[in-house]
Amino acid sequence: MLTITDLHATVDGKPILNGLNLQVNAGEVHAIMGPNGSGKSTLAHILSGREGYQVTQGSVVYKDADLLALDIEARAHQGVFLAMQYPVELPGVNNMTFLRESVNSVRRARGEDELDAVSFIQRVREKAELVELPDKLLKRNVNSGFSGGEKKRNEILQMALLEPTLAILDETDSGLDIDAMRVVANGVNALRSPEHAMIVVTHYQRLLDYVVPDFVHVLANGRIIRSGDKSLAHELEEKGYGWVIEEAAA
Amino acid sequence: MGTVQKEVQSLINSGYEHGFVTQIESDTLPVGLDEDVIRHISAKKQEPEWMLERRLKAYRHWLGMTGPNWAHLNIPAIDYQAISYYSAPKKKGDGPKSLDEVDPELLDTYNKLGIPLEEQKALAGVAVDAVFDSVSVATTFRQSLADAGVIFCSMSEAVREYPELIQQYLGKIVPHTDNYFAALNAAVFSDGTFVYIPAGVRCPMELSTYFRINEAKTGQFERTLIIAEQGSSVSYLEGCTAPMRDENQLHAAVVELIAMDDAKIKYSTVQNWYPGDAQGRGGIYNFVTKRGECRGDRSHISWTQVETGSAITWKYPSCILRGNDSVGEFYSVAVTKGRQQADTGTKMIHLGRNSKSTIVSKGISAGQAQNTYRGLVRISQRAENARNHTQCDSLLLGDQCSAHTYPYIEVRHPNADVEHEATTSKISEDQLFYCRQRGLAEEEAVSMIVNGFCKEVFKELPMEFAVEAQKLLNLTLEGAVG
Repeated sequence: MLTITDLHATVDGKPILNGLNLQVNAGEVHAIMGPNGSGKSTLAHILSGREGYQVTQGSVVYKDADLLALDIEARAHQGVFLAMQYPVELPGVNNMTFLRESVNSVRRARGEDELDAVSFIQRVREKAELVELPDKLLKRNVNSGFSGGEKKRNEILQMALLEPTLAILDETDSGLDIDAMRVVANGVNALRSPEHAMIVVTHYQRLLDYVVPDFVHVLANGRIIRSGDKSLAHELEEKGYGWVIEEAAA
Repeated sequence: MGTVQKEVQSLINSGYEHGFVTQIESDTLPVGLDEDVIRHISAKKQEPEWMLERRLKAYRHWLGMTGPNWAHLNIPAIDYQAISYYSAPKKKGDGPKSLDEVDPELLDTYNKLGIPLEEQKALAGVAVDAVFDSVSVATTFRQSLADAGVIFCSMSEAVREYPELIQQYLGKIVPHTDNYFAALNAAVFSDGTFVYIPAGVRCPMELSTYFRINEAKTGQFERTLIIAEQGSSVSYLEGCTAPMRDENQLHAAVVELIAMDDAKIKYSTVQNWYPGDAQGRGGIYNFVTKRGECRGDRSHISWTQVETGSAITWKYPSCILRGNDSVGEFYSVAVTKGRQQADTGTKMIHLGRNSKSTIVSKGISAGQAQNTYRGLVRISQRAENARNHTQCDSLLLGDQCSAHTYPYIEVRHPNADVEHEATTSKISEDQLFYCRQRGLAEEEAVSMIVNGFCKEVFKELPMEFAVEAQKLLNLTLEGAVG
């Protein structure tokens, strides 16, 4: 589904990614871990098309096409979803309106009919229950006055509604207590299926107890230096990143 | 013109849909202004002598005045001798008695503007007075309104048919001495709308006036007077458009509202005059004086305006809250883009006890435009328990536009309660990225955020017009970002 080959990227001329390779197939969950400044968020942003990054070398092929050639919204229409680390507030924009606009613009782009109000509300209610997001937050403006945990649950609600083929979660677990993490994980696990793939960017192993990955990768200095299964995450939790980086350098 | 340039040109112009010119033979006075011109206008309208005297008095006063220079506007010198003060489509006899007699070309113009004048095609429940250049060309639903006792007619007709009402009320709220443009209007006004709601009557339909400037080198100077007697209520809406021309045209209107005891007037404006091109060539100068007096106890006047057009807007719809427990409201969305300039706001003058006012102003600025809110809240010595709440928000799109806020607050009673809140914000890159990542195109994202910003004002508009206003806003901001 997604093939990243020898990806190099810079921000303001400073190299961040230095030859990253990654293969993600449908149905797989990949966790990307690594120390601060290793390029985890940069990777998430480049895949979603955020401006401010220059790809200097390499390629990203998604569903047999050049992902990097697409606009931000075109990627969203193709099923790329980024759960943001810092979801922004949209003052004056009702959350329900935003969700409907979002779902319908994706449906329109795919040549599907827009959802009518009744079936849309039904679907939102059902998904909101899944992430335990209270009704009153659906009526409020997008993320306005939401707590950190509520913002993250709102992200997962959007993901659940859009049912993306490639979901990228950028440190969705940061700032969450155990209960909130469990709720978020439930939402994420509900989307797991043979058609959907996920890239979970995280600092800690904690989330991976709930969302069990098929692969764990260590990103350091802009490239993946080690890959393994879930046990690698536990090893990292125990011993830190130092030893992997040393081994990779040796 | 190269293809690229042409495309750019059409993109810029795409925001203004009403820029066409109606080809119709007109009876237009030569340019210039003197007492003879005023006598001529008065004679054309078959006005009584007292009306002519009032005009001449205003004109003589105007000659000694200078234009306002305090606004945050760059107003080029206006040559008042280069404007024609009267232009009317040619017609037989003295004006259409019924719609069958209205020139089909004119009916067609209003159809194109989405304002069908044939009653069977009209928006249900909305009566229209159509003002074309200097004259009212048609007024719909007059009979059904007359059955309810409501007078809804052109100002010219009112001067002839209801002289006692006109003499009693015209120029009482906005006297000719009020300001430069009010004086000019009092001297040369050519038409407008007169509304009279008798005591206890709830006007059975929305009333509206649609102003259209067509002829080149003319100014439009209309006058509107709405009187709501005790316990009556009315909702009135005005819309305005003009063709695209390279020269500037002047629109200097005066609107007066009077609400007696327990009466309510709701006055809504969707102003979409031609704003000029991207270089700032052409466009309407919209210099308008609007004022309402809550004369009676528990009277209520509400102004709602959506201002998207005009090269320059200078306009402060105000309320004089004379009655005890009277209520004044001002809800405004003012959008400026390209090189547009707007200095707009309101005045709430509290005289009565327990009088209450609300001001909600939303300014949106894009391109190289300037957007200014200017408002006065005055609580007089006898306005015990007066209350005001002002909320004034500015939204900036891009980094070359500007927003300014000038609130004036004068409180002369110790227990007044006056609140002022103001915010300035920008649509951030983060917000746009967030929306686009969820599948919205950039323009959809901007329009969603802008509509959210304006929501509080749009909900005050009559429903049909709220939808129109939203569409207009989306159209106006097309291509305004990025």
